[in-house]
Amino acid sequence: MRLPAWLLSDRAGLALLTALTVLAIGVPALNLLLPTDHPLHLSAYTITLIGKYLCYALLAVSVDLVWGYMGILSLGHAAFFALGGYCFGMYLMRQIGARGVYGNSELPDFMVFLNWSELPWYWYGFDQFWFAALMVLIVPGLLAFVFGWFAFRSRVSGVYLSIITQALTYALMLAFFRNEMGFGGNNGLTDFKEVLGFSLHADGTRIVLFALSALALAGGYLACRWLVSTRLGRVLVAIRDSEDRARFLGYRVERVKALVFTFSAMLAGVAGALYVPQVGIINPGEFAPLNSIEAVIWVAVGGRGTLVGAVVGAVLVNYAKTWLTGALPEVWLFALGGLFVAVTLLLPRGLIALWRRREATA
Amino acid sequence: MSELISEFDAAGMHPLVEPVDASHGILLYLEDVSVTFDGFKAIDHLSLYIGDGELRCIIGPNGAGKTTMMDIITGKTKPDTGRVFFGQTIDLLKLDEPAIARAGIGRKFQRPTVIEPLTVLENLELAMSGAKRLRGLLSTRLSKAEWERIAAVLERIGLSEHGDRPAGILAHGQKQWLEIGMLLMQEPRLLLVDEPVAGMTPAEMERTAELLKSLAGEHSVVVVEHDMGFVRSIADKVTVLHQGRVLAEGRLDELQTDPTVIEVYLGVSDAQH
Repeated sequence: MRLPAWLLSDRAGLALLTALTVLAIGVPALNLLLPTDHPLHLSAYTITLIGKYLCYALLAVSVDLVWGYMGILSLGHAAFFALGGYCFGMYLMRQIGARGVYGNSELPDFMVFLNWSELPWYWYGFDQFWFAALMVLIVPGLLAFVFGWFAFRSRVSGVYLSIITQALTYALMLAFFRNEMGFGGNNGLTDFKEVLGFSLHADGTRIVLFALSALALAGGYLACRWLVSTRLGRVLVAIRDSEDRARFLGYRVERVKALVFTFSAMLAGVAGALYVPQVGIINPGEFAPLNSIEAVIWVAVGGRGTLVGAVVGAVLVNYAKTWLTGALPEVWLFALGGLFVAVTLLLPRGLIALWRRREATA
Repeated sequence: MSELISEFDAAGMHPLVEPVDASHGILLYLEDVSVTFDGFKAIDHLSLYIGDGELRCIIGPNGAGKTTMMDIITGKTKPDTGRVFFGQTIDLLKLDEPAIARAGIGRKFQRPTVIEPLTVLENLELAMSGAKRLRGLLSTRLSKAEWERIAAVLERIGLSEHGDRPAGILAHGQKQWLEIGMLLMQEPRLLLVDEPVAGMTPAEMERTAELLKSLAGEHSVVVVEHDMGFVRSIADKVTVLHQGRVLAEGRLDELQTDPTVIEVYLGVSDAQH
């Protein structure tokens, strides 16, 4: 099989895909084939942790598509991630059935607790996996489309757009905190038991979820890489660098923006949907403005407008976060801020630029 | 929803829905156009006609309304009053910027505006008319006919050797030519060119003059320019704008002896140089 030219010339991308393949095969092998007392044995906990990083990496790729290529600095992308997560979380809640604390097969525990007598209409259908999977794409996509349609048509851009995206995710956070919304209030959705009949606590399920995360990241990366290699990709760069030029060449800039923004939100939604069964909870904290800003920092650290850099940045920063919040929890936010400043000043093109530079001199 | 999708399908260029009708020999009509910004009359009852295939130079001191006039023609600014028609039938005031571009009006900005990270070829491809619908946009490859169109424009703007170089590393003059090349890829009937030779060397200016002259006839070309030597080298007809209206119109040598023109513009210009 011959690879298409757009992929063949993308050496960093091929390296990433190779790494993901090795991960998707190697990580389960290290768990299943080695005895638990072997030093290289990977626990289910570690696998889930890596799976979580891969979900963040997919979110970072979606941020990089709109920021790195189209110049839209979205400070609200975690909202789409969280919405995808909530959609899948609703399915997982319905799967609990009568095994909840209150043993009510029709209502999730938090609704029983609130003395609700019946399921709200917007929970209908979420007992079906296919419906929830569809909503994982549709809900973030629809919000992004409506938001983008109005924002881009009014030609809101630059820092003003960034502020509005922050407000969007903040507003959603406040809304989801309310018990009356019917999404579990500040506790969110949790105590999940199984997905498609497989126990979420079984190692096998966790391995499959991990492999699916790797697959989703690879697929999301490929879709974005393909997109930016088409003519549309060059239109995106034109919009980023000179919106007026693109407009006077005859491009409907606001439509292109809304379309790509929507696609990006869907990717973020998929990332959120894979994240929730692995961490076992989704709550309104995921809408926190800081989460969206963190995602932007991952992209900046890795290298904006490279897609691979987004993945590298997301994995490295989150690894550092896991380590630092364990060792020195109070230092983490300062470290994150310092990292962002350092990268902006010293490595404006991100870590990936180091690799590119070495490649160029080699 | 299906309408929205078809709207998206037109993310780029429609084939021209309505052909330009320049059967009366006039391609662009501006009639009694006025626009006021915060009490300042940027354009004041301006009337201007550009003939089909004509090369027209527009001169005037700073603040005369040259750029505002371009903004009105290309849909960036809507005038308070007046009529702007492209040919007999296309009312430009009813169209937005992309629609006007697709109707056949190309605009070169004052500062060279090419997409610097993209190669020269990719810049031209970006500007290509047709194949800009979503399906065309999602292809990664060019057809033979498209290659030939791009090669012809590359040849014409003298950048054949530079096709694969990023536009950002081109010399200033080459960027200006590339942007003119991008306009040509749009296959416009009318080219609006804002200060094409600012910052150019004399040799580059000469080549630009030849390029613009070779475009006239096939296209109508409107050039806004400050450099009198350059204007003299290309234009047969010159319009002098002053305070948002047409002060005089005619051949440059005639205008240069016109006392009012000397007073408002040429005198000032001569004093400056």
